[in-house]
Amino acid sequence: MKACRMFAVLLLTCMIMAAPALAKETIKVGAILAVTGPASFLGAPEAKTLEMMVEDINKKGGIRGSKIELIIKDSGASPEKALSFAKQLIEEDKVLAIIGPSTSGETMKIKSVAEEAKAILISCAAAEVIVNPVAKYVFKTPQMDKHAVIKIFEQMKAMKLSKAGVLSSNTGFGKAGKEQIEKLAPEYGIQIVANEVYDKAATDLTAEVTKVKASGAEAIINWSIEPAQSIVIKNARQIGFKGQIFQSHGFGNIEYVKAAGEAAEGVIFPAGKLLVADTLPDSDPQKAVLINYKKDYESKFKDEASTFGGHAYDAMLILTKAIEKANSTDKEAVRNAIEGLKGVVGTAGVFNFSAQDHNGLDINAFEMLIVKKGKFAVLAAPETKKKK
Amino acid sequence: MNIELFFQYLAAGVTYGTIYAIVAIGFNIIYNTTGIINFAQGEFVMLGGMTAVTLHAFLPLPAAILSAVIITMIIGALIEITFIRWLTSPSVLRMIIITIGISIFIREAALHIWGEAVRALPYFTGTEVTVISAGDVHISPQVLWVIGISAVTVVLLTFFFNYTLLGRQMRACSSNRDAARLCGISAKNMVTLSFVLSAGIGALAGCVVSPITYVQYDSGTGLAIKGFTVAILGGLGNSTAAIAAGLILGILESFSVWVMPTAFKDVVSISILLLILFVRPSGIFGSVEASRLKEF
Repeated sequence: MKACRMFAVLLLTCMIMAAPALAKETIKVGAILAVTGPASFLGAPEAKTLEMMVEDINKKGGIRGSKIELIIKDSGASPEKALSFAKQLIEEDKVLAIIGPSTSGETMKIKSVAEEAKAILISCAAAEVIVNPVAKYVFKTPQMDKHAVIKIFEQMKAMKLSKAGVLSSNTGFGKAGKEQIEKLAPEYGIQIVANEVYDKAATDLTAEVTKVKASGAEAIINWSIEPAQSIVIKNARQIGFKGQIFQSHGFGNIEYVKAAGEAAEGVIFPAGKLLVADTLPDSDPQKAVLINYKKDYESKFKDEASTFGGHAYDAMLILTKAIEKANSTDKEAVRNAIEGLKGVVGTAGVFNFSAQDHNGLDINAFEMLIVKKGKFAVLAAPETKKKK
Repeated sequence: MNIELFFQYLAAGVTYGTIYAIVAIGFNIIYNTTGIINFAQGEFVMLGGMTAVTLHAFLPLPAAILSAVIITMIIGALIEITFIRWLTSPSVLRMIIITIGISIFIREAALHIWGEAVRALPYFTGTEVTVISAGDVHISPQVLWVIGISAVTVVLLTFFFNYTLLGRQMRACSSNRDAARLCGISAKNMVTLSFVLSAGIGALAGCVVSPITYVQYDSGTGLAIKGFTVAILGGLGNSTAAIAAGLILGILESFSVWVMPTAFKDVVSISILLLILFVRPSGIFGSVEASRLKEF
C-alpha cells in the first residue's frame, strides 16, 4: 500500500516536472463543468462542445501555431468541488483560462478565487451577479435573466395583459428569475397577483396553479429548469386555466415540450436563437454560426444541440479570438483583449465587451418563441405597433 | 373560498395522495417479510417508468408496461440474490445501509443508460389536457387510473398475504424468521420473493404515475421520501392503511397551499412524519402492541 502510494507520488512529480516542457508547445485551457449530477443537462453538452471545438482547432494547426490542451474537470454541480478544481487548475496546471462552471452557484463560489489569482474565468452560467458588479477577470456567455424578464413583460404589454401569477422553483435559477420579475414588474405596469415558490422535485402542482388561477391572474410566468416546468403547464390546462402561459429561457429544450404534449401548445418564452436556427432569415448575422454549430454537434454526437452547449461554444470562441487579437498567451494581454472584443458572433448573440460589460450581450440576444404543433417557432414580434 | 375551489383543492390532494400511496405499498411488502425498509424502492419506481417508456417505442402500451414490470422484477431478484441473499443473519441496520447503496447504484446506472432527459408514458386515456369536469372542478383521468390500480393492487395483496400459503409463509418470516425456518419455510426464498413482488409493484407504480409526474434518472428519490412518509403514517406493513394515509397526507398538503405559501408544502409532510414518529411510531392505523414486538 505504502509502496503503491509512493509510486503514485513519484508518478505525479514526474508529470508536474514534465508539464513545463509541454507548456511551451500548448495553450492550457481548464474547464469546470457539471458533466454528471443534477445539472448534467448543462455540463454534458458543454463538455462535448469543448472537446469537439478543441479537436477541430488542433486539427487546423491550433491558434497561432500552438495547440490547445483542454483539461475538463467534472464538478457534478457541487460548488465545493468546483472550488478545489479551480485552485488545482490555477496553481498546479497553470491554465491560461478556465471555462465554466455550468451553474451560477458554482461560479459565485470561485469568482473571488479567480479574481485573486488573476485567472481568466469565462462562466457558462446565467445569473447576473456573476458580472454585476464587474470583476476584472470574470466573464460570462449566457444571456441576462433581466433581459428575459423584460422580453416577457414587453410581450405581456403587447398582448394587453397586466396581471401575472408568478411560479418559480426553489433553485438558484428560480430565485434569480423571481427577483428580477419582482424588481422589474412595476416599471412595466405589471401587477403580480400571486407569487409562489415550489420544490424543484415537485411531482404535481395542481394545488399551486389552482391558487394562481383563483388570484385572477391573466398570465402565468413560470421560472424553473426542472421537469416541473412541464408539470406546471399541464396542471394549469387541466384545471381549466385559459390565460397565456410564459416560461423562462430554461424551457429551451424540446424534451420539455414533448413531456407536456398538447398542454404546451401556445406557451411563449424567450430563448437564444439556436433553437430556431433553420427558420431565421438569411440576413440574421448569427444564422451561419448557429447552423454550423448545430450541424457539427448533431452529426458528431447524434444528439440534439442545446443552447447550453452553445454557451461553452461562445466561451471558447471568445477565448480564441482574444488570443489571436492579443497575439500572445500572456494572461494580462488576453484579458485586456477580451474586454476589447466587439461584434463577435456567437450562438447566444453578438458579443460586444467593454470594461463595464463582461457579458457583452444585449436584449436582442433573446428571441420570443412560441410552441406550435409540438415545435418551437419564432413569435411574430410585437414591434409593429411601435412604428409611428 | 368558494365551494368549487374547495373541491379543486380536494381533487389536487387526491392526486398527490394516490401517487404517494402506490409508492408506499411497495415499501410495505419488503417490510412484511424482512422487517426492513428498502430504500431502493423509489429506484424500482423509476426503473419501471424508464423501462416502460423505452419499450413503448416498439410495443403497444399494455405490453410495454407488462414487460417493464417483469424486467424490473428480474432486476429486483438479481439485486437481492447478489447483495442480500448470501448474508448470514444480517442486522437491520446493515440491510438498510445495503439498500441505500443499491439505490445510489441504480440511480447512477440509470444516468448512464438513459441520460438526464425527462420522459413520460402517454396518458392511458385521452391526452395531457383531457379532464373529467364537474362544474369548475377538474381531475385528470390518469388520477382515476392510479386510484383504480392502487385499489386492485391492495385487494390482491391482502388476499395474497392472508389467504394463500405463499403469502402466509412470507408473513411468517417477518414475524419470526427462526420459527418460520423451523417450520420448513425457506426464509431466503421468501425474501427474494418479496423483493421481486415489491419491485414489480414499484415498477407498476412508476408506469401509472409517469404521465403525471414524469420520470427521470433521479425521480425515484423524491417519490420514495413521500412514499416512506405515507407508509410510516399508515403503519408499516399495512397496505390498505397506506392508501388512507396517502390520501390524508395528499389532501393536507393540498390545503396547506391554500393557507400558506406553497414553499411550505413539504414542511407539512415532514412535520407530520416527525409527529407520528414521536407520538405514535406504529402509525395511525397500526397496532401499538404489534409494533412493540418488532425489531424495527
